[in-house]
Amino acid sequence: MRVNGVAIDDTFAEAFAMRGTRLIITAHNLAWARQAAVSMTGFATSVIGCGCEAGIERELAPAQTPDGRPGVSVLLFATSSAELGKQLERRVGQCVLTSPTSAVFGGIESGRPLPLGKTLRYFGDGHQISKVIGGKRYWRVPVMDGEFIAEDTAAMSDAIGGGNFLILAAGTDAALAAAEAAVEAMRQVPGAIMPFPGGVVRSGSKVGSKYKTLIASTNDAYCPTLRASVDSELDVGVECVLEIVIDGLTESAVRDSMRAGLRAACGLGSAAGVLRLSAGNYGGKLGKFHFPLQPLLA
Amino acid sequence: MSHLALRLRGQPPFRLDLSVLTPERLAGMSAEAIARLPLSHGRRASSVGEWFDVRGSVGPRLVIEADGSKLDRIGAGMSDGEVRVEGNAGAYLGIGMRGGRIEVSGRADAFAACSMVGGTLKIGGDAGDFLGAALPGEHKGMRGGTVIVSGSIGDRAGDHMRRGLVLVEGDCGSYCGARMQGGTIALLGRAGARPGYAMRRGTLLFAGEAPPAPGASFNDAGELPLGFLVLLLRSWGGLPSRFARLQRPSTRVRRWIGDLGFGGQGELIQWPG
Repeated sequence: MRVNGVAIDDTFAEAFAMRGTRLIITAHNLAWARQAAVSMTGFATSVIGCGCEAGIERELAPAQTPDGRPGVSVLLFATSSAELGKQLERRVGQCVLTSPTSAVFGGIESGRPLPLGKTLRYFGDGHQISKVIGGKRYWRVPVMDGEFIAEDTAAMSDAIGGGNFLILAAGTDAALAAAEAAVEAMRQVPGAIMPFPGGVVRSGSKVGSKYKTLIASTNDAYCPTLRASVDSELDVGVECVLEIVIDGLTESAVRDSMRAGLRAACGLGSAAGVLRLSAGNYGGKLGKFHFPLQPLLA
Repeated sequence: MSHLALRLRGQPPFRLDLSVLTPERLAGMSAEAIARLPLSHGRRASSVGEWFDVRGSVGPRLVIEADGSKLDRIGAGMSDGEVRVEGNAGAYLGIGMRGGRIEVSGRADAFAACSMVGGTLKIGGDAGDFLGAALPGEHKGMRGGTVIVSGSIGDRAGDHMRRGLVLVEGDCGSYCGARMQGGTIALLGRAGARPGYAMRRGTLLFAGEAPPAPGASFNDAGELPLGFLVLLLRSWGGLPSRFARLQRPSTRVRRWIGDLGFGGQGELIQWPG
C-alpha cells in the first residue's frame, strides 16, 4: 500500500493495557497553568525508567474549567493502579501544589478514585478545610499565596499505552518534518498524549539486551548504522527513523490519534523524503491491542 | 392523573404525623389501601382517609393540598421521589431525608431538614427555628443535601450541622450556625445575633447584608480572595433560587475565623455584590 508515494507496511502497532487518569490544572493565567503542567509531566516519557508516562492533552478556556480560570488538562498513565496513585501524589505534590496560584481537579467523571487532595491536604498541617460542593469534596489548603484548591480524588480508568508508528525517511530533515507534522495533528485528538520529548522518540527499543541488567535496548533492526551488522528492517536510502508513541484513555483515542499522525506524515509525501511508515510489535504475543496501519489509512 | 394527591378536608384539632406518606412507602398501593393507612393523631389512632381525600395513582410524585401547619414529619426519611405541599407544612419537614425532593409552596415550622442526609428541600415561604439542626439531645445536625428557603428562617439554623448546603434568600434569626461542625449556610438577607456561636468548622456566607459584629471569639482575618467561592457559585447555577443568579465581580471577601473557643476553624464570610 502506498499513500502519496509513502509505503505503508502491512504490520500493526501492539499496545498494552495501562491505567490512566486526567487532571485539570488551573491557575491565575494560562502561562502559570502550563508551567505547573509542564513540571508535572516532566521526566515522564516511559514507564521503563520514569514510573509513568504523562503529557499535556490540551489547553482549556476559563469556561471549560471547574473554577473559571485558564487551565490545562494532562493525562497520566502507569502500568498499575498502585503506581499511578503513587506517581499522581508525588507529581501533584511536588509540581502543582508548589506552582503559584494553581488548583487541581479530576478530569474523568467516573471510575475508581485515586487520592488527590485527600493526601495532599496534610500539607495544611491541620489548617486545611474540606468543602463538599455539588457532590464533590474539595480541599482548601492554606499556602503562602492564598489557598491551594484540590479535588479530593481523581477517577482512574482503564487505558492503553504503547500505540506507535515509525517514520522511515531519507534523512534527518525529512524525518523531523514528518514527525513534527504528525505530532501537531495528533495533539488535536482528545484523550491521547505522546509522552516523549516533543512527542517523538529516536531511541526506539526492543525487549531485552545482551546485558542482564537491562530490560530494553536499542531497536537495532531500525538503526541505520547497523544496517550491515544485524537483520535490518531498513532499505538502502533510509537514513533516519523516528517513532511516535501514543498513550490513550480509550482504544478509539489511540486509533484516532494514530490515524491523524499517519495522514499528516503521508501528507508530506515521498517527494519530501518520507519513504515508509511502519510500526513496532512483538508478534502479537504481548499486547492485547493491535492497530494495523493500512486500515487506518484506507 | 399521573400522581397521588391528598387533600386535607379540615384542620385537625391535634397534630398529624405524616411520616408514613412518602412515595417509596406508598409504592404499589391502591388509593383505598392508602386511605386505610393508620395516622397518629394525638393519643388516638386515625387513618389517612379520615382526614384526606385520596385521588390519583401512586407514582414517584405525591401532592399534599393543605394548609398543613399541623401536618408534621412530611417526607420524613424519604430517599427517592418527590413530595409537593400546596400550602404550609408543619414541624420536622423532611427530617432524616436521604434523597429525592420536597417542595413546599408556603412556610414550614421548626426543625425542617433536621438531621437531613441528602436530597433537596425547597421552602417557598419562611422556615421556623432549628432549620437543618439536630434534634434536641442529639449531636448530628444536617449531614448532606440542599435546603433552599425563599423567605426568612428562625433561630439556631444549622445547629450542630455537619455537611450540606442551606441557602436562605431572606433573613435569619439568632445563633445561625451555632455549634456547626461543617457545611455551608449562605444568606442574602440580614443575620440575627451571634452567628456561628460555638462553631468548630463550616462556612457562614453573607452574600447580602453585612453580618452583625462577630463576638470576641472570632478573629478578623481581613480582606482576601478565596478561589473556592467560584466553585460554590457555579454549583448553585441550576438551583431554583435567587442564588442561581448571584453574580460577584471577584472572589475578594472579608473573613472572620472562629469560634476560637471551639477550635476556630469555622469562618464567617462577607461577600458583597
